[in-house]
Amino acid sequence: MPRLGVQAFSAIERQSWITMDHEESMGSAFAATSVENCYQCGKCTAGCPASDEMDFMPNQILRLVQTDDVDRAMRSRAIWLCVSCLTCTTRCPQSVDCAGVMDVLREMAAEQKTVPADVQRVLVFQRAFLDNIRRHGRTNEVELIMQFKTLGFLKDRNIRLLMKDALLAPKLMQRGKFHLRGESVRDRAVVRRIFDRCMPNAGKARMAAADEGSGSEEAV
Amino acid sequence: MMEFGYYPGCALHGSSNDYEQSVQACLKPLGVGLKELDDWLCCGATAAHTLNHMLAVSLPARNLALAERDGFADVFAPCPMCSMELIKVNRALDGNPELRKRVSEIVELPVEGKTQILNLIQVFQKIGVDQIRAAVKKPLSHVKAACYYGCLLTRPPDTLQFDDPEHPRSMETVLEALGASTVAWNYATECCGAGLTMAREELVCELSHRILTNAAAHGANCLVVACPMCHTNLDMKQADIDRRYGVHHDMVVYYLSDLVGMALGVDETELGVNKHFVVRQAGQPLESGATQTAEMQ
Repeated sequence: MPRLGVQAFSAIERQSWITMDHEESMGSAFAATSVENCYQCGKCTAGCPASDEMDFMPNQILRLVQTDDVDRAMRSRAIWLCVSCLTCTTRCPQSVDCAGVMDVLREMAAEQKTVPADVQRVLVFQRAFLDNIRRHGRTNEVELIMQFKTLGFLKDRNIRLLMKDALLAPKLMQRGKFHLRGESVRDRAVVRRIFDRCMPNAGKARMAAADEGSGSEEAV
Repeated sequence: MMEFGYYPGCALHGSSNDYEQSVQACLKPLGVGLKELDDWLCCGATAAHTLNHMLAVSLPARNLALAERDGFADVFAPCPMCSMELIKVNRALDGNPELRKRVSEIVELPVEGKTQILNLIQVFQKIGVDQIRAAVKKPLSHVKAACYYGCLLTRPPDTLQFDDPEHPRSMETVLEALGASTVAWNYATECCGAGLTMAREELVCELSHRILTNAAAHGANCLVVACPMCHTNLDMKQADIDRRYGVHHDMVVYYLSDLVGMALGVDETELGVNKHFVVRQAGQPLESGATQTAEMQ
């Protein structure tokens, strides 16, 4: 029985770096995590803290991938409700890296714009987070939250969510936890170059986050 | 004097700066110095492994490369998200020359993946639990702690090789050396919702509410964590959770370093305990969670 986790991780990296062809690299990634070893015991689902809200249970996501219905898995809400707690991966008696599969599916879904509308906020947040690191090398919380709130609002026009944490600011200030200007690394140029090498389209990410809404309709 | 390389991570230089304050204040009397990694970058956290796996390898790898360049054998990363990402990449690089070569090109520094990354509990273990026990000035006999490990201190176990992922005991061992008692409870390794705090708040509140409720039901008078995200969700969001569920948890959440510091005689203000959202008045003993049990069950 193949040991996964660490090995699967490096296998994913190796495959996707060697084969620059996107389709092929993703296919290899699934092979590397040995999804076919899943015998549907449901232990992943039993331990999943987010399964209550999922449209497909984690074991069903694995089944979709097993039966080559990656497209449905990719369009699920479940992959965006996954909190990456790794309970599924840890408990799998067949050592299937279920959380790793969720990562691959999310990466594919984000690129192919198949993220359902009601979980778009998760993607918006993760994109804003990366954009933040790209510019500063470290997260700037206030800037990140502002960017997330603005982009999130543009998507769902929810004023309550836009204003929600405003009352937290004075409480954070009182505790010396509020930094209007966050830290930046000295060598910001190297951060840019690392991002450019890993994600050549990073500069477009902000724009992409904004026009994601149009992609979401076809996802349902 | 013992010295470790130090990778604070973004949270400890942001709104979880009380954790950094606590760690530094509690390590000082133990004769441990921390040397911050020069010009460290964010580890990429959940965002990187969600959206771009190459970035999820490269960002931690750049930090590992900095540690190797500056000759650090051990690097202490108090945030379990950071430490897990760093260790994961360490393991991936080790024994994979092809990956090392590729990553070194991306991060513009040679990287081998040889640095040992330590979480907070491992730092206490390196110092020695017996050493800590011997240094205790104010035994914590009033503390009945529910040790909360959350996700990434022990998971994924193959990668981290630290404690039992289902029944961890390492935090309890440290606390018992301080004279504190600990409770057996059900949510020690359940997830608090971690990085979805902003994006899926209702899920985070639900998960954190369950954790707080279970800790009280088992007689704990405080929760102990070793993670900035766990602390944010359980402490900062506690008032939100109370409102949402119509309860009054009133559960103090300490960083493990807070309690080590307090037992060593370090002032609570110096540890940053006064910056938490749920606080006890100075000198007021922790109450038993037993009174809350009835109403919350």
